[in-house]
Amino acid sequence: MPCDDWRGKLDAYADGELSLPEMNALGDHMRRCADCSVQALQRVQLKRSVAVAGRRYEPSAEFRAKVTNSVNRKRDRGTGWFWKILVVPALLTLIFVAGLNYYVRGARAERQRVYSELADLHVATLASSTPVDVVSTDRHTVKPWFEGRIPFTFNLPELQGTDFSLLGGRVTYLAQVPGAHLIYRLRKHEISVFIFPDSGAPAAALSGAAEVRSFTFEDWAQNGLRYFVVGDVGGNDIEALSKLLRDAR
Amino acid sequence: MEVPDPRLPAANFADLALPLFDQLYNFAHWLTQDRHEAEDLVQETFAKGLRGFQSFQPGTNFRAWMFRILRNTFLTSRTGLKSTVPLEDDASETIPSGDLSPEDVLVEQANRDAVRQALNELSVPFREILLLCDVEEMSYEEIAQVLTIPPGTVMSRLHRARKALRTRLLEKSPGGVNAVR
Repeated sequence: MPCDDWRGKLDAYADGELSLPEMNALGDHMRRCADCSVQALQRVQLKRSVAVAGRRYEPSAEFRAKVTNSVNRKRDRGTGWFWKILVVPALLTLIFVAGLNYYVRGARAERQRVYSELADLHVATLASSTPVDVVSTDRHTVKPWFEGRIPFTFNLPELQGTDFSLLGGRVTYLAQVPGAHLIYRLRKHEISVFIFPDSGAPAAALSGAAEVRSFTFEDWAQNGLRYFVVGDVGGNDIEALSKLLRDAR
Repeated sequence: MEVPDPRLPAANFADLALPLFDQLYNFAHWLTQDRHEAEDLVQETFAKGLRGFQSFQPGTNFRAWMFRILRNTFLTSRTGLKSTVPLEDDASETIPSGDLSPEDVLVEQANRDAVRQALNELSVPFREILLLCDVEEMSYEEIAQVLTIPPGTVMSRLHRARKALRTRLLEKSPGGVNAVR
């Protein structure tokens, strides 16, 4: 190939745009042709000079910060809908669930603690030689006995026609709060009924039935009072007595 | 330039575009010859790029895409419209010959300012193609994407731009072209 043809490719050679076979062929030619070799060198030098001279202008730090902030702000804004629509509600739900879980766990622990204490009271009372301070099967005797002894009053159910019988009652304390402790009998089982002011009773967190140490529990709040029914009978019997107490007038 | 994944979110625009900030600014300043205009141009380029990033074609060159936005924005600006002149046919200029070539003059002078001045004096189409090729080290294919011209035109325009640059450099050599001759 004549030199004129090769010189038409010298720019592409300097720019690295020749194919490998062309590069090799031009390399062979330049080893034999000093003029083409010099011209190729001149083009490479010119290219390098332009590269150096062309890197001339630098943005100011203020302008760089301005554009960077602008792009990042728009990026944040662009992803804002994602946060608003998906992530924020998800986080709120997570926080709510975690809080609820924490509350429920705390309430359960508190309830367990109260039930254990009541179970102890129940057992200790039954083991005592004088389990009740007022011995009577008559609710009209037992109820007045508590007047002046505890800071509230309550209704007791009529037990006629039921399997339950009232044995009596005593004053008791739960977390330093005075309350009524009534003992009922069902067949050969004794069942304790504890009544405390709802605001002062420590088991105000949850209501419902449960089993602790094989004792069956039922508790509920009614008319500002919290009732606990504890016994070693089945849940149905506890529930039956609880219903009588709830319906008492 | 790495091609962004088509599933990339728009948030990645900043990650791709901000590294090009210095190059885009340098190119903008060369085109506008004015700092404030260059800043406006770059800012508008980023704004357009961000707005249009969702329409960016995956598999194409992001750098070329940004440079094309900048150049098109420049061409529609007041300064850009003024610069839209027919290409000089510098290829027809006679390149002086002699013992002292333009490159020899350049090497001897080692005068960067002379090259910068010569670049400034070139028409925008010649200046931009030299900057894209020699400063940004873009391939002919990339340049073709930025300027939206065929690769063959890139080659011929580059050739003419370099000839024009060499002529300007010779004129700036001590004694001018006549002295070189």
